[in-house]
Amino acid sequence: MRTLIYALFIGLMSVASAQVMAAADGIHLDKVEIDLSDKASLQRGAKTFMNYCLSCHQASYMRYNRMGKDLGMTDQQVKDNLMLASDKIGDTMTIAMRAQDAQKWFGVVPPDLSVIARAKGTDYLYTYLRTFYLDPTKPMGTNNLAFKDVGMPHVLWEQQGYKQRNEHGQLETASKGSLSTSDYNNVVADLVNFLAYIAEPTKIERVALGKWVLLYLIIFFLIAYPMKKAFWRDIH
Amino acid sequence: MFTSLMGWVDARFPATKMWKEHLAEYYAPKNFNFWYFFGSLALLVLVLQIVTGIFLTMNYKPDAAQAFASVEYIMRDVEWGWLIRYMHSTGASAFFIVVYLHMFRGLIYGSYKQPRELVWIFGMLIYLALMAEAFMGYLLPWGQMSYWGAQVIISLFGAIPFIGEQLALWIRGDFVVADATLNRFFAFHVIAVPLVILGLVVAHIIALHEVGSNNPDGVEIKKNKDKNGIPLDGIPFHPYYSVKDIVGVIVFLFIFSLVLFYMPEMGGWFLEDANFIPADPLKTPLHIAPVWYFTPFYAILRAVPSIAGSAFPGVVAMGLSIVFLFLLPWLDRSPVKSIRYRGVYFKTALALFVISFIGLGFLGTQPVTPLYTLLARIFSVIYFAFFILMPIYTKLDTDKPVPERVTFK
Repeated sequence: MRTLIYALFIGLMSVASAQVMAAADGIHLDKVEIDLSDKASLQRGAKTFMNYCLSCHQASYMRYNRMGKDLGMTDQQVKDNLMLASDKIGDTMTIAMRAQDAQKWFGVVPPDLSVIARAKGTDYLYTYLRTFYLDPTKPMGTNNLAFKDVGMPHVLWEQQGYKQRNEHGQLETASKGSLSTSDYNNVVADLVNFLAYIAEPTKIERVALGKWVLLYLIIFFLIAYPMKKAFWRDIH
Repeated sequence: MFTSLMGWVDARFPATKMWKEHLAEYYAPKNFNFWYFFGSLALLVLVLQIVTGIFLTMNYKPDAAQAFASVEYIMRDVEWGWLIRYMHSTGASAFFIVVYLHMFRGLIYGSYKQPRELVWIFGMLIYLALMAEAFMGYLLPWGQMSYWGAQVIISLFGAIPFIGEQLALWIRGDFVVADATLNRFFAFHVIAVPLVILGLVVAHIIALHEVGSNNPDGVEIKKNKDKNGIPLDGIPFHPYYSVKDIVGVIVFLFIFSLVLFYMPEMGGWFLEDANFIPADPLKTPLHIAPVWYFTPFYAILRAVPSIAGSAFPGVVAMGLSIVFLFLLPWLDRSPVKSIRYRGVYFKTALALFVISFIGLGFLGTQPVTPLYTLLARIFSVIYFAFFILMPIYTKLDTDKPVPERVTFK
C-alpha cells in the first residue's frame, strides 16, 4: 500500500516537470530577471513601450490610468509622458493603424501585446528582442534567431545597432548602435518587465493577498485540528 | 421557540428526518483514513465551481469576437475578477485531482463491490459528465488551445463510419469550430451539464447512504450491531466526520491557495501558454494537447493504429477505456474488498495499472515519437489487461483472511 502511494506521487512529480522541458522548443533562451516591484524599471519599460511598440502593436486590454496607478504615477504624469496614442486617461492602449493596412505592410497583423508575456514567456521575449540580424533575403532586411522569418523589422536598431550572423551561426556586430551591449540589454530587460506587468497587472495584488489567505488558513487549522482531536478522544 | 418552529416545519417537510438520516444518525465506519477526505472535498470543489461560475457568467461574453477580450476584462477591470477566474480555473484541475484520488480510493478498498455497484455507477456517470463539463468549459476562453483542442476532439466524432461527418457538423453547428459552437458549449457548460451533475451527485449520496460507507478494511460494519441497531464500528457522521473533514478542507484549501496565489498557471498545466493567444482558425498550433486530466485517454486514442486511414479504432479504444471502468463491480471476482487483504496478483495488477495510467497521462501531453508511441501501446495494453484479465486474476488470487471488525491502522 505504502509503496503504491509513493509510486503514485513520484509518477505525478515526474509529470509535473515535463511541461518545462516541452516548452524549450530547441531554441536557447537567455534568462531575464522579472521584478514587478521595481517601479523605476517598469516606468522605463513603459516609456520604451509607448515610443517603439505602441505604434504597430496594441495592448488593447490595458488601461492607461490602471498602469499609472500601479507604476506610481499621477494621471497627469501619464498624460504628459506616456500617452502618445490616446487622449482619455481611462482608454485602453489601442492604435490608429488599421488591421488591413498592417496586413499589407508587414504581411501579418502585429499581435496584441496585452498578454504576450504569458503566451510566449519573458525569456523568449528577452531573447527575441536582442537577436535580430541582417538578412538581405527578407523584405525588412532583418531576420531573428528566436523567431525565424519574423515580419517585424528591428525597431530598436538605433539603440542596438545591427548584428550579422558569422559562419558559425553566431551573431556579431555589423554596425554599432547608440547603446553599449549591457545598456541595451537593460533597456530590453525593462521593456520585458513592463510586458510581464501588463500581461497580468493584478499579479502584484495576487501575490500580496496570498500570504494573508495562507495565514488565515493556518490559524483556522490551529483551531480546527484540536477541535477534531477533542471530538475524537473517545473513539478507539 | 426553535423546537416549535422545527415542529411546524417537520409536519410539512422532513427536515429533521433528513438531518438525522444523512448526518447526525448516518453511521460511518470509524476507521476512515486519508483517502476518505476526497468525497467531501469533491463536493466542496463542486460548490466552488458553481459559485465562481455564476460570477464569471456575469461578465463573460459567449461570442467568438468578444470571448477572449471578456476574459481579460474579468482579469483586469472587474473587481476581484482575477480571483474568481483563478478560483474557477484552478478549481477545474483541482476537481479532477480530487476525483481521481476519490476513484483510486474506490479501487484500492473495493468500494465498487457488492452492495455498492450503483454508488460506483453513479460516480462514474458523474465523472463522465465532469469530463463533458470540463471539455466544454475549456472552449470558453477562446484561446488557441481552447479552439484547437475542441477542433481535434469534435473531429473524433467524424471518424465514426457513415454518420461521422454529419455528426461532427451537427455538434459544431458549423463546418469548423465557430461562434455557433461557442454559444452551445456555453449553454451546456453553465446549465445543462451542471444540472445533470447535481442530480447525479444527489443520487450518488442517496445510494451511498442506503448501503452505508465502505472502509479501509472492506468490512461491512452493519454486520455487527448493538442492541439499538447501531453498528458497533460506526460513528455518527456529524459531529465526528464533519469536524474531521473541516481539517481536510483546510489542508486542501491551503494547497489550493498556494497554486491560486503563487502559480495559477501551474507551469502551463492548469492554464496553457498557448491559451493566452486568441483563437485563430487559420493558424494551427504546432503541438496540440488536451489539458492534463484528459491526456491518459488521448494517449490511448493515439496509440491505436488507424485502419484504412480512419482513426475510428482509436476512438473506440478511448471509449472502451471508460466503459471498462463502469464494469469494474462485475469484473472483480474476489470475495475480499480491501487491498489490505488481497493477494499479490491484484496488488501487482493495480500497481501496473497506476503506472500505465500516469504513463499514458504523460505521453498524452507529448508530441508523437516512435519511442513514445511504442510506450503508449504497451501502457494501453496494460490498461486494458487490468480489466479484461481481472475476472481471472482476482479469482486465482490468494487473499488473506478478513477480520470480523474494523481495525485502526
